[in-house]
Amino acid sequence: MKALIDYTLHLADNTLILAQRNAEWCGHGPVLEQDIAITNITLDLVGQSRSFYQYAALLLNNGSTEDSLAYLRTEREYKNCLLMELPRGDWGQTILRQFFNSAYQFYLYQYLQQYNDPQLAAIAEKSIKEVSYHLRWSSEWVIRLGDGTDESHQRMEQALETLWPYTGELFLAAPYEKELGIDLAALQVSWNQKVKSVLDEATLTVPEKIFMQQGGKTGIHSEHLGFLLTDLQYMQRTYPGCEW
Amino acid sequence: MNETIPDKATIVSWLEEVKDPEVPVLSVIDLGIVRDIRLQDADMEIVITPTYSGCPAMDMIATMIKMEMASHGFPSAKITTVLSPAWTTDWMTEKGKQQLKEYGIAPPHPKQQGCDQRLFQEAEAVQCPRCGSYHTQRISEFGSTAC
Repeated sequence: MKALIDYTLHLADNTLILAQRNAEWCGHGPVLEQDIAITNITLDLVGQSRSFYQYAALLLNNGSTEDSLAYLRTEREYKNCLLMELPRGDWGQTILRQFFNSAYQFYLYQYLQQYNDPQLAAIAEKSIKEVSYHLRWSSEWVIRLGDGTDESHQRMEQALETLWPYTGELFLAAPYEKELGIDLAALQVSWNQKVKSVLDEATLTVPEKIFMQQGGKTGIHSEHLGFLLTDLQYMQRTYPGCEW
Repeated sequence: MNETIPDKATIVSWLEEVKDPEVPVLSVIDLGIVRDIRLQDADMEIVITPTYSGCPAMDMIATMIKMEMASHGFPSAKITTVLSPAWTTDWMTEKGKQQLKEYGIAPPHPKQQGCDQRLFQEAEAVQCPRCGSYHTQRISEFGSTAC
């Protein structure tokens, strides 16, 4: 049961933390329609995280709620991958991270739909419909920017260099994933193929084998997460139990 | 408390009064988000599903249904949310689609295109709800629920 709770929290934290980062673009997108796009993707991610937190609260059965899990845990208790907490960077970096995540979620949710936990399967079945167009949208933007102007190409190269070392953790099984038998190796094959085909079309080169960062899945985070949580948790910490 | 147990058709007619807070011409029945009505003795359970994961109106809709049932004498009606099977525009009623069009929002096609993974595909032509023209262009696919 502990492994299932930890895994559900990991899925919840991944979606919440990325949503919080993407939400920083609200009102600041490069053009109105893409501002709407990234914030709508954010809303979908928040919705997914709510489903996961609600399920984790149910499994915990100790008075936790989706809100207490999202707002009142400390840094070390969050199990999101490091990739999700990195600063948003420029638009290219935000797009590339969203693409990496959408491709990951697409294959993960396909897999979880068949997983032998009915509630995780149901959340995956609901969410994959949204993830499908997140993936299409972010793939198209990676290609547009990578195969765009000199400036956009150079920025995408920079984003790739920054983000790539954080992609390895997606497929590095944490103890709870091992215990549940989540098949990350198969996901990695599909993810690599998809990412390579889009990066190829974007005239971007997949980096050679380089050192991969890890730790987030087991609560060892970068300094960025603390600052992010300060924003995220401010209201509940300052006015406990506040509702509106 | 209401002593007589209503039939499902009666409950559906009550639910027709509960409107989507964002598009108030559509009832929860028109939207197809009511998935089941369970009656056992005096216990009533209404099963609903969100149109999309982040739907901010979902809690409000659940409360509105609860209040509607209470107004008919069933204050203890239980509202349950399920995610599977996932909602699709196929579940909207024809009446709902017609009302959507009259309200000025292009209703979804019977079979939606553009849900697959092909990149840079041409957007399907959606009929203008005001003049009926198909010479329309997709400006943003984000906003209201897609398929």
